[in-house]
Amino acid sequence: MGEVKLIATTQSLFCARIQWALKFKGVEYEFIEEDLRNKSPLLLESNRVYKKVPVLLHNGKSFPESLIILEYIDEVWKHNPLLPQDPSERALARFWAKFSDEKVIFGAFGACRTEGEQQEKAKEAALESLAFLEKQLEGKKFFGGEELGYLDLVVGWIPLWLGVMEEIGGIKLLEEERFPLLHEWSQNFHQIPLIKECLPPRDNLLSYFQASISYHRSLAAKKP
Amino acid sequence: MAEEVKLFGVWGSPFSRRVEIALKLKGVDYEYVEEDLSNKSPLLLKYNPVHKKVPAFVHNGKAIAESQVILEYIDETWKNSPILPKDPYGRAQARFWASFIDEKCLPALWKASWPCEDHEKVKDEAREHLKTLENELKDKKFFGGETVGLVDIVANFIAYWLPRIQKATGAELLTEEKYPKLYQWGHEFENHGVVKEKLPPSDKLIAFFKDRFESVSTSK
Repeated sequence: MGEVKLIATTQSLFCARIQWALKFKGVEYEFIEEDLRNKSPLLLESNRVYKKVPVLLHNGKSFPESLIILEYIDEVWKHNPLLPQDPSERALARFWAKFSDEKVIFGAFGACRTEGEQQEKAKEAALESLAFLEKQLEGKKFFGGEELGYLDLVVGWIPLWLGVMEEIGGIKLLEEERFPLLHEWSQNFHQIPLIKECLPPRDNLLSYFQASISYHRSLAAKKP
Repeated sequence: MAEEVKLFGVWGSPFSRRVEIALKLKGVDYEYVEEDLSNKSPLLLKYNPVHKKVPAFVHNGKAIAESQVILEYIDETWKNSPILPKDPYGRAQARFWASFIDEKCLPALWKASWPCEDHEKVKDEAREHLKTLENELKDKKFFGGETVGLVDIVANFIAYWLPRIQKATGAELLTEEKYPKLYQWGHEFENHGVVKEKLPPSDKLIAFFKDRFESVSTSK
């Protein structure tokens, strides 16, 4: 099927979802660790518009943007489908993936990196967006149904990355009483071997978010 | 069996017009509901409870929101006159450029069209994105090749709305001189036999933007 390479970092939640997808499909790939403070010519050439990870390299072509990469993987390797077959189910999965990336991730990060009144406001918005996701799990073990699917991979940052953000930010968003389904889903998700295999060490993430959140808070403190 | 195909939109919204273009290209009959965004209908709130925005699309009782999600649904449901290529690489490319237009181009172009802080910097960013699109278009008639595709539909704002904002405000972002290919593409797009039936009335749109320009220019 042609060589597959993934330009990525171990810490990036956007890269993790691609590793999960490739493993889910049993596709062998070469992992190329990128240093984002010193971007390689390969990355700059493969993702000229955004210069970001992840980028998938396959058959001499490069594919940036994680959600687009997921769809590409699903279309090239058709066994073990990630997206549902039915168009309206596919539309729902895509809708919630977009919602998760636009509202949930940045909402949660916003709540974790701010302080005081700003944090209170951001927390409310983050909780609201998590509530929408909670609802999507009603009657299901995974977002994909009985098995893992596209949306599980997209939202798969929650168990580890959100936990770390919360710890550094000194805030709890995913409370078990409030989000029992998401809580249970998180446990089930992390039990899956191919998921666990691609998780970065928690300490690495702690350092990363410590630096990032401190930086954001110091910037905010400087503003008049 | 009577098929229910319903679209909630606004006459001037490039986003709901995208859906209309796709439906028209595929020859799909639909019921159109014009929304008043200052007084949203209960049905709109029912069909798009998360974002409460247009477009909202309903097909046989199933509601879908977000224009690009709707466009992909339409392409998968009515398979004639495809708006996405068949091959996975082509599809990934189309999705990439559609995403670039919505995430980067449109916000920058919109911001650059109206008075704002750091206006020159904002305009520079917009121009950079237009240049990227100009380079991507190369010698193709449409982004989709010989026929209108997903990227062309998503770029509708650039072809039709942007020139009218420029007429209304005197802004000069997309010019023939700086972006000859994009300019030519815009012309092809807005005159395309099917597309042109699903564009808002030009004078009405210009008047709308003139009003907006007046109110943002005078408010402090």
